[in-house]
Amino acid sequence: MVQGEENRLLVQQMLAVAQSQDEAAFAALFSHFAPRLKGFLMKSGAAPAQAEDCVQDVMATVWRKAAMFDPARANVSTWIFTIARNRRIDLLRRDRRPEPEDLPWGPEPEPDQIDALALQQDSEHLGAALKALPDDQRELIEKAYFGDLSHGEIARVTGLPLGTIKSRIRLAIRKLRQSMS
Amino acid sequence: MIRHHLTDALLIAYAAGDLAEAYSLAVATHISLCDECRARLAAYEALGGAVLEGCDRAPVSDGSLAATMARIRNGAPAERAVPVSRGVFPTPLQAYIGGDAEAVRWRSIGGGVKQAILGTSKAASARLLRIPGGTAVPDHSHGGLELTLVLQGAFSDEGGRFARGDIEIADQSVEHTPTAEAGPDCICLAVTDAPLRFNSLIPRLLQPFVKI
Repeated sequence: MVQGEENRLLVQQMLAVAQSQDEAAFAALFSHFAPRLKGFLMKSGAAPAQAEDCVQDVMATVWRKAAMFDPARANVSTWIFTIARNRRIDLLRRDRRPEPEDLPWGPEPEPDQIDALALQQDSEHLGAALKALPDDQRELIEKAYFGDLSHGEIARVTGLPLGTIKSRIRLAIRKLRQSMS
Repeated sequence: MIRHHLTDALLIAYAAGDLAEAYSLAVATHISLCDECRARLAAYEALGGAVLEGCDRAPVSDGSLAATMARIRNGAPAERAVPVSRGVFPTPLQAYIGGDAEAVRWRSIGGGVKQAILGTSKAASARLLRIPGGTAVPDHSHGGLELTLVLQGAFSDEGGRFARGDIEIADQSVEHTPTAEAGPDCICLAVTDAPLRFNSLIPRLLQPFVKI
């Protein structure tokens, strides 16, 4: 689980890559995320060599898109998860994945500290709440994100008690949208 | 004001990358119009981030970081965000048409109703429907999950009134008879994982030819 301290460090490293192409910060992000990404992709059905190749691809994309990372909208794990998910669709299904329009603003040069802090904290709480679930419930959620559940089975995930944290993240994103538009 | 939203199950499946392309198109197009569902999606993506964070680690090879840096130096420039559309169709839908509403190549399917089939993978199919104001879409039921997203005009059926941005989610238990409101043509994006079955004779005879 990401402790508060560790999460803050990941955000700083991500911003250092975005703002000054900091290779040491990128190496630190790589050592944190590459083994997790490889584990994630293998759980999603990729062979080890294929997963390794995809990890490099995802991390290269993290470098290239770094300027789009916005700590008021996602924590680093979430942002990297979305990149890995999209690469996995290319890799395993060879489908296109239509993406929504982006919000009508880009990441701010100086992200709003209060919004960013609230979202980062809520994401940490969500991680803790996931970890605290009984094994069978946590595994159900993991299977959904590994692409292992049918649509009918996914409906069971929606009843799990992560509701409060989820609605706080929702509120944070909505508030952000209202304050910027 | 959007009143009919995506279900949590669809949002989780989209956040997880589990949906067939045609359903993803309807979800991405709705979210482009709906801040509420955009925020709900962000929460489910955060859950995906937590799953990644807690995932069992698999060691990468020794040269993996160096190989990644080489890819970065040789690779393509940064991808850009999906821009905001100013037209009738949100950007993800325009990508399937090559333009906005005026670029659609409509084909008549009878009763004044027109359609255009979009090119997605075969697991599910997406089409645009154009229904003249005041006209009923032929009475139909369907085999699987049907999503209908309104882009222009409005229709009403047993499930309520649906205007721009509203999405109707119907499963096989629903038999519905949408009727377009008087006014501009109603344009919808309709996605199904099974062919629609029309309950009157003429459309049923046409069905094999128009790929409804």
